[in-house]
Amino acid sequence: MTMMLPLEITAPTIEFRQLAPILILFGAACAGVLVDALMLGRSRRWRGEVQIGLVVGGVLAALAYTVANLRLGPVGAVAMGSIMLDGPTAVMWVLLLVFGLLAVMVFKEERLAGVPVFASSAATVPGSREEAEADRFRLEQTEVFPLALFSLTGMLVFVSANDLLTLFVGLEVFSLPLYLMCGMARKRRLLSQEAALKYFLLGAFSSGFFLFGIAMLYGFSGSFDLGTIAAAVTAPAYGRGLLYAGLALVAVGLLFKIGIVPFANWIPDVYMGAPTPLTGFMAICTKMAAVGATLRVFYVALGAERWTWQPVFAVLAIITMIAGTVAALTQRDVKRLLAYSSIAHAGFIFTAVTGASQDVGAGQPTSVSAILFYLAAYGFATVGAFAIVTLVRNPASEENDLDGWAGLAAKRPWVAGLMSLFLLSFAGIPPTAGLMGKWAVFAAAWRGGYWWLVVIAVLTSLVAAYIYLKVIVIMFARPPAPNTYVGEASLWTWIPIVVGAVATLVLGIAPDLLLGPASLLGTFLR
Amino acid sequence: MFLLETIHPVAGTGMFANAWWMIAAPLLVAAILLIGGRMLDAWGHYLAVAAIWFSFAVGACLFAEMWGRPVTERVVESHLYDWFSVGAWSFPVGLLVDPLSIVFVLLITGVGGLIHIYSIGYMAHDPRRRRFFAYLNLFVAAMLTLVLADSYLILFVGWEGVGLASYLLISFWQERPSAAAAGVKAFVMNRIGDVGMVLAISSMLAMFGSVRFVDVAAGAAALEPMWATLIGIFLLVGACGKSAQVPLQAWLLDAMEGPTPVSALIHAATMVTAGVYLVVRSHAIFEASPVAQMAVVIVGTVTLLFGAWIGCSKDDIKKVLAGSTMSQIGYMMLAAGIGPAGYAFAIFHLLTHGAFKANMFLGAGSVMHGMNDDVNMRHYGALRKAMPYTFYTFLMGYLAIIGIPPLAGYFSKDHIIEAAFHANLIAGVCALLGAGVTAFYMTRLMFMTFFGQERWEPGVHPHESPKVMTVPLIVLALLSIIAGAVMNGWIQGWLEPAAGNHPHEVSLIPTPIGLLTIVVVLAGVALGWALFGRRSVPTTAPASSNPITITGRNDLFADAINDIFVVQPTGAVARGVATFDHNGLDKAVDSSAYAFGGLSAQVRKLQTGFARTYALTMVAGVVLVGVVLILTHLA
Repeated sequence: MTMMLPLEITAPTIEFRQLAPILILFGAACAGVLVDALMLGRSRRWRGEVQIGLVVGGVLAALAYTVANLRLGPVGAVAMGSIMLDGPTAVMWVLLLVFGLLAVMVFKEERLAGVPVFASSAATVPGSREEAEADRFRLEQTEVFPLALFSLTGMLVFVSANDLLTLFVGLEVFSLPLYLMCGMARKRRLLSQEAALKYFLLGAFSSGFFLFGIAMLYGFSGSFDLGTIAAAVTAPAYGRGLLYAGLALVAVGLLFKIGIVPFANWIPDVYMGAPTPLTGFMAICTKMAAVGATLRVFYVALGAERWTWQPVFAVLAIITMIAGTVAALTQRDVKRLLAYSSIAHAGFIFTAVTGASQDVGAGQPTSVSAILFYLAAYGFATVGAFAIVTLVRNPASEENDLDGWAGLAAKRPWVAGLMSLFLLSFAGIPPTAGLMGKWAVFAAAWRGGYWWLVVIAVLTSLVAAYIYLKVIVIMFARPPAPNTYVGEASLWTWIPIVVGAVATLVLGIAPDLLLGPASLLGTFLR
Repeated sequence: MFLLETIHPVAGTGMFANAWWMIAAPLLVAAILLIGGRMLDAWGHYLAVAAIWFSFAVGACLFAEMWGRPVTERVVESHLYDWFSVGAWSFPVGLLVDPLSIVFVLLITGVGGLIHIYSIGYMAHDPRRRRFFAYLNLFVAAMLTLVLADSYLILFVGWEGVGLASYLLISFWQERPSAAAAGVKAFVMNRIGDVGMVLAISSMLAMFGSVRFVDVAAGAAALEPMWATLIGIFLLVGACGKSAQVPLQAWLLDAMEGPTPVSALIHAATMVTAGVYLVVRSHAIFEASPVAQMAVVIVGTVTLLFGAWIGCSKDDIKKVLAGSTMSQIGYMMLAAGIGPAGYAFAIFHLLTHGAFKANMFLGAGSVMHGMNDDVNMRHYGALRKAMPYTFYTFLMGYLAIIGIPPLAGYFSKDHIIEAAFHANLIAGVCALLGAGVTAFYMTRLMFMTFFGQERWEPGVHPHESPKVMTVPLIVLALLSIIAGAVMNGWIQGWLEPAAGNHPHEVSLIPTPIGLLTIVVVLAGVALGWALFGRRSVPTTAPASSNPITITGRNDLFADAINDIFVVQPTGAVARGVATFDHNGLDKAVDSSAYAFGGLSAQVRKLQTGFARTYALTMVAGVVLVGVVLILTHLA
């Protein structure tokens, strides 16, 4: 051991080019923070345009760098071993950036109600004079865009973190802006703020578990590094008690973010209270980031211990699928229905997580590539479905009751048809991407030896199909209700809808377009 | 027969690689017409006509190309893309262009193209003409997908596509409640057939691990007879639904609510023959199961008599023709069920029927066009002078369908009757009887429409249709005359690449059975003339106590039978399910939720809205994770 001089600082090596996507997003977010501070007076009205420009430009630049870096091949650990750039990281980054961009586009929608969906000034007390003034003089603040970018930055870090501390930093960076944004709905502000507080409290609670688990794993292995933990698992220096405790507690933190029952109570309340565009963002990006991080932690660091966690995950997958499906059966509110449906989908994804099937040489989808495909299929349908939910409602209220969807096909056949396409994809009915996604994850679980889990999953998905078909029947077979209202949206809503619909069809007809790359890039590096 | 088992398909190169254009062109135009909006109202239908003739041109080139090939290379597979392929698991999507599918392509696009041209005149004043042509193009694209598919799954895509187009076109005049109801009826009855298709496809997937025609044909010989019978029956159910065969025949008569070109194209020439195509295409399955083959023969025989019976007793000219279509498809089914001896004859009759029945339907449309859309033949009479083109072209169709040599129907129907006699005496006698009845009701139709005295409603001034309608009629009439003689010596060899395996030598000299057929047909004509040519026809149908007439007029009580055997039991089951859903299932869901330890009702109870409850649930979850971990390690 060489003695380190007290004042000698070793300069860290940072691979700027490889980390450019994270840095660009972070830079764009910081610039976005300045917009509200600097654009005063007459330039105030251009704030929104500048912000969405920063978002689109930043995300596209990050996307370009990700794809360009991909051509160099998997790099390995960068930034002093704290970030891992491997195949799954690249695919997750691309998916997160694409879905993040599509979801944030909906934030910009102003034509529907004539005003933004987010509160003019979120800091004012609901019902106060300041709030009324901000609304009247259109003193709109636009911090929601940089917040979304910060959140997206955190997600990129989260899915690529190669040590537990970076993982935790990523978790908090992407969660804190979400808590804030949840409370920023323009309508029904109290409900929105209640959801935000609830989300924050429970998120903090789960972070506690997560951090405690990290400490346990550190205690067990003497390191935060995932690779070192993996080595310690195969050749433990002490007993395994700390390992099991740490594994369970870290799992709780991650499962909370994915929305696995019984850690998913927050989802219906938060999805319902949060502004609908944000709900779409959370339903895709949060879930995707959390699933990605879970895969990395459990496959890379704890893969050798899989006989321990697989039964736990299997039990949780069953509970989640069934609870999400059964609860969704009786929902009347569309946002709540989609919230429970997202829980059920997390359960379906978890069948493949449980199966942990690896490349057996036949080139069949591994658990990782199957899950990546499922997330993409689910993501495109979700981004479109939530965008349509913002259309179909009375602008005067935030109600999303199913009765308001009756006879939609007669009034706006295109809207009803596109929504049906997304619902069919959720249900896994051809020719949509959802079918291929379900097939891929179930096949991965089956090959992992969890055939009984697949049987339960298939039965559950049959019941789940009823939920979505019910909505389609309401849209097509019922006479139009007097309160069926469809707004006229701008391109900021229609682009995500159309992209989602096209991708849902394309991935259903030619799934190889994504399943192929995902299979090639489906191997974690250690 | 089409020895897919021995002749392996060769890869589609050159011209054959472009086979998909035939489907893409009408599909694209359909999309353009549906999305394009009003600016296409003026000229969109020409685009639709061009798309069909383009497909016909491609089909004709393929046909010429195939003609020039050696027999062993005529089955061509054009691989399009892999739907998905992951490792050893792959699902290719491709087209199969072989002698069987190419004649279908020529029928669909050729007759379809003529009907498109005719529709320009027929639908000239309809405000929704653009939509009509879009649906027609959609239908053609789906029908081509059906016959060009290389697997049962792709076939099923086309199968559903033609069903959708048929539904849209039957109920095209939505403002008429009867049209909307007819569309729904066709839709529902076809779903029954689709259940059969889905079951057949699933069974094939389970048995062969593939639903490609090549794999199914190769594996069928080794199939257990029980499974072959089951798959055969499932396929037959599908075929019955699509081809309006007994017992799923009732929708076809109501389908006449659609515009007449639709009846000609979909409900006479092409879609309703898809069942025959399916049976012939699946011949390997049926050959492995004599039971299934016999079922096809029975269905065909029964339907050919039922259809003829209905044809005798209807006064609605389109419904007579619809009954006749059912009857003629019954002939084809019968031939297809006979086995290798009959396949070529089934397809032969299908092709000639496509020509002469389309001819007669369009002729009927032309008559209706001149008679203010009246379909009741009792209001016609003496139209041969008012509509000479329509009359003479219709006459050719008439002579063809009743089987007067040397017109088309003589050759094709005579072969089926002969083959039926060779296979089964009862079927042969029924087929012979059917020929006589056909002659009778078609003669009745001719006399009531074109001869006798004028029984026109006041204010009706019959006139000949415009050229755009009569020219297709003339072309189809020519086909009705020559198609039989042209194809007679050729079709068997074309459809049977393996030479020297002719089950029946075909000849132009009438055999004893052929002569007998002509005698029976002439007897039918004479009876028709005696009853409807010599005597005057009353303008309202005379009340009849004859049970045969009453049964025929009521579509053999098909609706009543459906009501008793299908609608009421289904309603009862549905009510039962609803009751069960309210009383049983909901409770079952709730109680199973309790059983699972807090789902549904429990989950919702847990969803209190209090953060403290949620936190408590999370702690319970942590305990659960811990318990499962510990249990795993104890186990």
